[in-house]
Amino acid sequence: MRFLFKTDYEDDIRLFPHSGYVFSYGTLLVLLVVAPFVLSSYLVSQLVFVCIYATVGVALLILTGFTGQASLGHAAFLAIGAYTAAYLQQFNVPFPVYFLVAGLLTGVVGALVGFPALRLQGIYLVIATISFAFIVEEILARWESVTRGNEGMRVKALQLLGTSISRDSPTFYFLCLAVLILTIVGTLNLLRSPTGRAFVAIRDSETAARSMGINVSLYKVKSFAISAAITGFAGVLFAHKLSFISPEMFTLQLSIEFIIVILIGGAFSLHGAVLGAIFIVMIDPFLTYLKDDLPGMIAGVAAALGAGSARAAHIQDSVAAFASANGLKGAIYGVIIVLFVLFEPLGLYGRWLKIKRFFQLFPLYKRATFKRQKIYVKSERNR
Amino acid sequence: MSYFRAENLSLHFGGLKAVDAVSFAVEKGEILSIIGPNGAGKSSIFNLISRIYSPTSGKIFFEDQDITQEPAYGIARLGIARTFQNIELFENATVLSNLLVGRHRHSTTQLWQELLFLPSVRACEKAHRRRVEQVIEFLDLEPYRDKLISGLPYGVRKVIELARALCSEPKLILLDEPSSGLNVEETGDMSFWIRDMKSELGITVLMVEHDMTLVNRVSDRVIALNYGRVLAMGSVTEVQHHPDVIAAYLGA
Repeated sequence: MRFLFKTDYEDDIRLFPHSGYVFSYGTLLVLLVVAPFVLSSYLVSQLVFVCIYATVGVALLILTGFTGQASLGHAAFLAIGAYTAAYLQQFNVPFPVYFLVAGLLTGVVGALVGFPALRLQGIYLVIATISFAFIVEEILARWESVTRGNEGMRVKALQLLGTSISRDSPTFYFLCLAVLILTIVGTLNLLRSPTGRAFVAIRDSETAARSMGINVSLYKVKSFAISAAITGFAGVLFAHKLSFISPEMFTLQLSIEFIIVILIGGAFSLHGAVLGAIFIVMIDPFLTYLKDDLPGMIAGVAAALGAGSARAAHIQDSVAAFASANGLKGAIYGVIIVLFVLFEPLGLYGRWLKIKRFFQLFPLYKRATFKRQKIYVKSERNR
Repeated sequence: MSYFRAENLSLHFGGLKAVDAVSFAVEKGEILSIIGPNGAGKSSIFNLISRIYSPTSGKIFFEDQDITQEPAYGIARLGIARTFQNIELFENATVLSNLLVGRHRHSTTQLWQELLFLPSVRACEKAHRRRVEQVIEFLDLEPYRDKLISGLPYGVRKVIELARALCSEPKLILLDEPSSGLNVEETGDMSFWIRDMKSELGITVLMVEHDMTLVNRVSDRVIALNYGRVLAMGSVTEVQHHPDVIAAYLGA
């Protein structure tokens, strides 16, 4: 066990509390840098998606996790970023310019969404953001002169410093990784300064935040704008990675996936956003595996247990029909959310903390360590 | 001219007159207590001053400035801090970050500076921390710095709320029932702190309180309210022996 003796206020401000953190994050960074040269191109491609999803996850965390404003409209912010990039690219605007413009424009839209959201709480805010997402989806489908409607838009390979960066190249992966790391560091910086604390204050008690001199409306709008802008940046990378975008890619389901990222990641932590992103990206190949291999396996087991060949074939067919049924993905997401909320409310990161603590304290770990008890329950709150 | 002044302050909810044409003044550096039976309108007056409610009529002046139309967050920026009857802390944050939120009105850094955490932001943070540590020392909160609020007992939370208000370095502090839910010993501590706030930190105190022992110990003057109206105003003994006050409490 390590005991930290704080001797300076700096000890509470710095990002890495002690050398152990530097070592483990340093190792992780080295592994991530080496990854594209070692892993298969498929896995690197998945890693790119992890980076993009994690970036959006962190953005959503700022708004939902830290400021307490739920949003189911982040697919729309992603779409605005992606379409801005695709549109500007047609006029040979250089990458750094349209990258920044996409982020800023999405940020402005986010702030505009933030204004009506000032008067809404909880479930009403969720409904408002869903409506916003539907409006954006509809505009993308109808505004054909700019977005080409349902035909979709092709996104050319990224041009940076005179070289073309293919969407499967390690360089593109490094770009996404850099954006993710910058987002995380920026968010950590925000959290250790007055703005981040104001966000958390608004989440926990708006009345108290106000009476401490926090302009609640201003900070809510700021939170919306920052969250949207980061999502816009991620949208540009998303567009380049997919190389083709159309309105039906930015549906409610995508927004729900982003919510799952932070919910399953859990514990309102940035670690959680990254873990959640890994989870959501890796669940797709898992579902494909389920679809392709599972029916055969179950039929094999049935045959081994003495079912006739006709019966085994029938089982294989029905399992296959079930595994490839429409909406199975949505149903699985639903089950996962319910299970996590019920049994692991702290999410994947909470589970990781428990495992870590188990080994730190071995053999003295007690299950009750992570039991939260409510000592005092509020009776009445000012709104 | 008084330091803080409420003139004909009224708050009506439909036909209910929660606060009815209340006028009073607070002099710089005094401790003024507001007493009265439940529902007398004590907390409503606080909520009017800190702009959680808007007055139906009347005006509030602070340092000769009309603050009746000031937004809620502006009140704190002027140097009026408050605590709440039903503790309003930031539950899922550490004690330290709760107290640092109290420093918000003194923060000068811009968003882009914070995103990059420039040396100027770092210096500001350390300065804030230094002030927070002074308050922690003043209120003996050293053992709780890194604890989450959600795991702390009521008595400690009460003190932390006071600490958060003090961190904003207020000129006037509004204490809404500082001793409610505290035991005798904790109430004793509270009375010392309130007196020290006046003598050491030079803060003017306006306090709503039920515990007459505490009121006796710290108050310079007392206002008694009932049904939103002022019954009596003056020294502790004067108010306690005022026939209307006795009638309001004991019925007659």
